[in-house]
Amino acid sequence: MSDSINNPARTIGSTEELLAYSLALETEAVERFNDLADQMETHHNYEVADLFRKLAKIEGLHIENVNQAATGKQLPSLLAWEFEWDDGESPEGGAMQDAHYLMQPWHAIELAMQGEKRAVAFFRHVAETTSDDKVLKMALELVEEEEEHVALLQQWQERFPKPDDGWDEDLDPPAMLE
Amino acid sequence: MTAPSACALIQPKEYKSGVKPVWCPGCGDFGVLGSITKALSGLQIRPENAAIISGIGCSSRMPTYLSTYGFHGVHGRALALATGLKVARPDLTVIATGGDGDGFSIGGNHFMHTCRRNPDMTYIVMDNQVYGMTKGQASPTTEPNWEKGKLTPGGTGINPFQPLVIALASGANFIARCSSADSNGTARVIMEAIRHPGFSLVQILSPCVTFRPEQREWKNMLIPAPVVATSDPAQAARRLLTDEGLFTGILYVGNRPAYQPTLEASIDDVAKLDEEFQL
Repeated sequence: MSDSINNPARTIGSTEELLAYSLALETEAVERFNDLADQMETHHNYEVADLFRKLAKIEGLHIENVNQAATGKQLPSLLAWEFEWDDGESPEGGAMQDAHYLMQPWHAIELAMQGEKRAVAFFRHVAETTSDDKVLKMALELVEEEEEHVALLQQWQERFPKPDDGWDEDLDPPAMLE
Repeated sequence: MTAPSACALIQPKEYKSGVKPVWCPGCGDFGVLGSITKALSGLQIRPENAAIISGIGCSSRMPTYLSTYGFHGVHGRALALATGLKVARPDLTVIATGGDGDGFSIGGNHFMHTCRRNPDMTYIVMDNQVYGMTKGQASPTTEPNWEKGKLTPGGTGINPFQPLVIALASGANFIARCSSADSNGTARVIMEAIRHPGFSLVQILSPCVTFRPEQREWKNMLIPAPVVATSDPAQAARRLLTDEGLFTGILYVGNRPAYQPTLEASIDDVAKLDEEFQL
C-alpha cells in the first residue's frame, strides 16, 4: 500500500485557504471510507465494512471541527482539480486501488493509517513553507491532530495480527478463469 | 468554497444514484465514477440535463450508479444510441461510457463512424485491455504477448487496436488519455471534453485488478504528456504513434463543426413514411 508523501505544489498563504484544503481532505476521506464500506458490504466482507463505516464517521467529526473553525470566514471556492496536491489526489482520498474483497481489519487500518501519515506530511509541509504566522499556528495544530489519529490507528492495528502472505488467496474464487 | 451546509452548488456526491457498484474492490472504474461526478459538478450540469448511455460490460454499468438520465443499452451500441439521443435532444449533455471490448470490438464500426460524424458528445472508454465481465479474455487493446487468457494461450500475436490513432484518423474533435488513479486530473479532462464541441474521446486506463492485477502498476507508469494539446492532426498523429500509450492529458483539440441535423424535415419524412403503411 502506498505511503508516498503528499505535499501541495505551492505554499498556502491564508488560514481560509488552509481550511479549504483541510475541508476538502476530510470530505474526501469520508466519501472514500463510505465507498470502501459499500464495496465490502457488496462483497459480504461485513467486518471490514463496519470498520470503514466507523472510520467514515470519525472523519465526519473532523469535518464538523473544520466547519467550526471556518465559521464567519469565506473560504476560497476551488474545484477538485484546483487543489494543488502533489500527486493530484488529496492525502486521505486516494488508495482505492489498494482495496481487496478479502482484505482484513489489519489492511483496512493500514490503508487508513497511510492516509493519516500523508495528511501529517501535508500539514507539516504547509507549516514549513508558509510565511504567515496564523497559517503556521493552524498547520501545526493540524499536524498534531493528524499525529494523534496515526497513534490511535496504530493502537487499533495492534489488536489484529498481521495477516500471513497469501491472505488474498481464494480457494473458491467468484470469478475463476474458465 | 464555504462550509458545505451553506453551499447551494450541486456537489459531486449528488450525482451518485445511491446504488452500490458491484465492481471488484480495487477496480479503476470507481475512480472514473468519481471523476464523472466531479466533472458534472464542475460544470454544474443538473442531473436531469445529462444522460449517460452505455453498452455492455463492467464499465457499462455506469448509468446505474449516476443520478442523471441513463440507458444501459445493447453490446457495442452505446454510440449509436447516444448519437440518436443527441440528435433528438441537443439540449442534453450526452456522455457515452463503456469498455475497450464494447467500444472497439463489438462497437468498433460505430466508434469509427461516430468519430467521422462528430456529434457533440463525450465518449469515456475505461480501457483495461481485457474482457472482465466474461472472465478474462483478450480484448482489442490487449498486448499481443499476454498469455493468461484461456482463449489465447501464447498471446493473441496480433497488434493491439490503437483507439486514439483511429479516432484521430476518423475525425474525432477532442482526444485525451487519462488514468483512473488520477481521479481529479481525469475529472478536469472530462469537463474539458464535455465543453468542447463535437465528438470527444477520453480513454481512461482503468485497471482490472481481478484479471490484470499487474495493471495496478499503471499509476506509477503513466506520465503527463510533456507537450500541450495540438490542433494540428499531423502533429497529433506523430505524437500518438510514438508515445507508447503512456502519456496522459489532452492530446488533440480539433475545430470541426459538430453534427447536428435539423429535426423538422425528419419528422415530416417520418410522417410521409408512415402514410405508406396505412391500411
